[in-house]
Amino acid sequence: MAKVVVVTSGKGGVGKTTSTAAIGAALAQSGDKVVVVDFDVGLRNLDLVMGAERRVVFDLINVIQGDAKLHQALIRDKRLENLSILPASQTRDKDALTSEGVANVIAELKEKFDWVLCDSPAGIERGPALAMHHADIAIVVTNPEVSSVRDSDRIIGLLDSKTARAMRGERVEKHLLLTRYDPARAARGDMLKVEDVLEILSIPLLGIIPESQEVLRASNIGVPVTLNAPETSPARAYQDAVRRLRGESVDIVVPQERRSFVDRLFGRRVA
Amino acid sequence: MSIFHFFRKKPSANIARERLQILLAHERSVFGKSDLVARLQEEILAVIRRHMEVDPDKVQVKLDRGDHVSTLEIDIEVPLAAAQKVA
Repeated sequence: MAKVVVVTSGKGGVGKTTSTAAIGAALAQSGDKVVVVDFDVGLRNLDLVMGAERRVVFDLINVIQGDAKLHQALIRDKRLENLSILPASQTRDKDALTSEGVANVIAELKEKFDWVLCDSPAGIERGPALAMHHADIAIVVTNPEVSSVRDSDRIIGLLDSKTARAMRGERVEKHLLLTRYDPARAARGDMLKVEDVLEILSIPLLGIIPESQEVLRASNIGVPVTLNAPETSPARAYQDAVRRLRGESVDIVVPQERRSFVDRLFGRRVA
Repeated sequence: MSIFHFFRKKPSANIARERLQILLAHERSVFGKSDLVARLQEEILAVIRRHMEVDPDKVQVKLDRGDHVSTLEIDIEVPLAAAQKVA
C-alpha cells in the first residue's frame, strides 16, 4: 500500500525542499518506487534542487486542469530510475490547485508508486493545506530556533484537525526532523537543545540533520545530498531518518562538536 | 568549557525555551479548540445565516470546563443592517 508523506514546516527556509530531495533519493536507493511532488505553485524549486529544471515540460497544474496526462508531467530522475519528480507550475498561482484535482492526482500516484512525498509550500493557507490533506505521514521540518518551533507547533495543530485523516477520526503519523543543527552553538548553550524542542512539540524524532556545507554544495549542483555525498554527516543523518521512516529502529545520534584540547581551552570552534 | 567561559554572555537557549513554553501554552488554547467547539461554532453560524448575514469571524464560541460548573459562551456580533431587517 502506497504511503503519502507531507514534508511541511509552516516557516519558510528551514529545509523542506532540501529534505524532500534527500529523503526521496534515499528512499529510492532502498529500491522502492518514489515520487516527489512539488506543491509550491508559483515558486517551484524542487526541480532545481533535484537537477531537473531543464527537463520540465508539463506540471502539476497541467495535470489537474486536464492539459496533460500524469505520465507526461512526471520526470524520471537520471540517477535513480525508480525516482520521479512531479514539478509545480511556475507561471500559475496557488488558486489553480483544486482540492478535487489534487485528490485525483494523489490517487493516481498511489497506484504507480510506493511513496508519494509532497513538498509543502511555507505558510498555513490553501497551498500547505492541500499539500498535507491526503497525508498518512507528516515530516515536520524544524530548525532549533524560536520562530521555527512556534510555526511547527501551529502546523502540528493543523495536521491534527484539517487533514483527511483527522476528519475521518484517524491520526496522521507525525515525525520531527530537526535540521540545521549546529553542535557548536548547542555546546555554548545558545541554541535550543534537541530535548527542548522534543518536549515542546511532543512528537517523535525522525532525525537530526547537522548544519553542513555539504547540503549547500548538493543544491548548488542539483543533486540530493544523499546521492552527492553519501558518506558525509548530513547524508548519513538523512539515510538514518529514512530507515526510521521505513519502520526500522535506529538509534538517534546527537551531532557532537569535534574540538581539540587546545580549541577547547581557548573556546575556539572548528571551522 | 573554556577559561574564557566566565567572560561570556549568559547562554540564551534556556530563555528561548521558557518564552516558547509560555507562548505556545497560550496559542494552543486559541487555535487548538476542541472539535466540539469547532463544530458548535460552525452549526451556530449556519443557523444564524439562515436568517441574516453575519461575518464568520464575529461568532465566538468558548467552552470553559471548571471543576463544578462549565460554561459555554457564545458571542455573536450582528451587523446593524441585518439587525434592522429582522426587527
